[in-house]
Amino acid sequence: MTLARRIIPCLDVDAGRVVKGIEFEGLRDMGDPAELAARYNREGADELVVLDISASVQGRATFLDTIRRVAEQLNIPLTAGGGIRKMEEGRAVLRAGADKVTVNTAAVERPELISELSQQFGAQAVVLSLDVKRKGDSWEAYTRGGRTPTGLDAVKWATEAVSRGAGEILLTSIDRDGTCSGFDCEITAKIAQAVSVPVIASGGASTFEDFLAVFTEGRADAALAASIFHQETRSIAAMKKFLAERGVPIRMSR
Amino acid sequence: MRIAIVDYGAGNLPSVERALQKLGVETERAVEPRQLEAAKAIVLPGVGHFAAFVAGLRERNLTEPLRAAFEAGKPMLGICLGLQAMFASSEEAPGDPGLAFFPDEVRALPTAVKSPHIGWNQLRLMRESSLLRGIAGDAYFYFAHSFAAPASAAPTVAACDHGFPFAAVIERGSLAGVQFHPEKSGETGAQVLRNFVESIQ
Repeated sequence: MTLARRIIPCLDVDAGRVVKGIEFEGLRDMGDPAELAARYNREGADELVVLDISASVQGRATFLDTIRRVAEQLNIPLTAGGGIRKMEEGRAVLRAGADKVTVNTAAVERPELISELSQQFGAQAVVLSLDVKRKGDSWEAYTRGGRTPTGLDAVKWATEAVSRGAGEILLTSIDRDGTCSGFDCEITAKIAQAVSVPVIASGGASTFEDFLAVFTEGRADAALAASIFHQETRSIAAMKKFLAERGVPIRMSR
Repeated sequence: MRIAIVDYGAGNLPSVERALQKLGVETERAVEPRQLEAAKAIVLPGVGHFAAFVAGLRERNLTEPLRAAFEAGKPMLGICLGLQAMFASSEEAPGDPGLAFFPDEVRALPTAVKSPHIGWNQLRLMRESSLLRGIAGDAYFYFAHSFAAPASAAPTVAACDHGFPFAAVIERGSLAGVQFHPEKSGETGAQVLRNFVESIQ
C-alpha cells in the first residue's frame, strides 16, 4: 500500500482557450480546455490543473465558465487558479467545480488570504503556487507570472504558507520553465524536505527521465507539465508505465 | 430513484451529483428534514472543517433526522468529512459532537507523515465489503484529508495507512462511508457509487 506519485497535466487558459506562451511570439492556441480535459481524464491523468494566465478582472467570468466546462469532463480532482485575490474569488472557483484553488501574488501581498481560505474550505483545498528563480545558493519567490521578485526566500515563504494553512505547494522553476532541460530537482527536494505538505514540481519537463528524476532526487509528490502532453509528444500512459517499471509508485489506469 | 445529497452549505456538491446522475440516479440537494424523510437514500458529502460541517447540519435541523434515518436503516453513504461526521467527535473540533453513530474519535494524521494526505492510495481489505464488490484489491482511490477515524473502529471494512491505519471504508447494515472521494476516483470510484446505488434497489 503506497501513496502514488501523481502525473498532472496543466492547462494554461486565456479567454477560454488553452494556450502556450512562445518566446517573442506571444500565445499559441493549443485547443479547447474541455476537450483536452476529457482526453487527459481518459488517458490516466491523476489530476488536472487549470490556470487563468490572463488573470484579468474581465476574464474572470470566462474562466469560471471554463472551470465548469472542464469539471464536467472529469472524474479526477481539479485544481484551478490564477489571479485569485480574495476569499470570494476562491469560493467562486470552488463552486464552479474545482476541488482546490491556487494562490500566488495575492498571498505574498497579504498572507492572511491563505489562512482565510484554509479555515473556510480546509487545507486540502488551498494550494500555494510558488514561482522561484535561483539566486546564487538560494531561490527567490516571484509573483505576477514570474515577473516580479519579492525578496522572499522560497523555502522560508513555503514554510510560512504551510503554517498558515496551505495544503499543497505547486512549485515552478522560472529558470527551467519552457526550457525542456528538466525539473529543478535541487529546489524541489529542498522545499519537499522543509514542508509537511505534498509538493507538485513544475517547469522544464521534457522526457520520461525528467519525471523519474523529480520523483527520486527531487522527492516530489507530484509532477506537472503542459505542452509535452498537449502536443501528444508524450503519452501519460507510456510515461506511467516507464515510471512504474523503475519502481516509482504509480496508479496504472485500467 | 431519488437520492438526497445533504447540502450543509459548503463543499463541492456538483461533482457528487454528476457522478450519481451518470448512474441514472435522480439527486436532490437536501437542506431540510422532510427531504431526508422523503428520500430513498442519503449521501452525506463533505469537505472543509468538522466544526463547520456539524454546525451546518445543526442550523438546518438535520442532525436528528440523520440519526433517525440511521436508526431506521435508511441507506446512507458518507464521503470524506461525511464519514468522519458519523463518529462521536473529532480532534479537529473538540467539543463539537458528531452524529455519533459510532463511539470512536476522529484523529489528526501524525506529524511524521505529509498532511493533508493528498493523492491516490490503496486499501487493505479487513472484511467482506459490498461497496468494494468487483474492485481489484490493488485499486487506487483519491484521498484528500488531514483527519481520519482509526481502523480499529467497529464498522471498518477496509483500511488505509498514512501515519496510522485509518478507516477507509466503513459499513454497518445499510450505512456506508468512505474516507476517499469516489466521485474523484475515476472508474474505480464510479464502481463504488454503483455498488452503493445497487444496494438500495
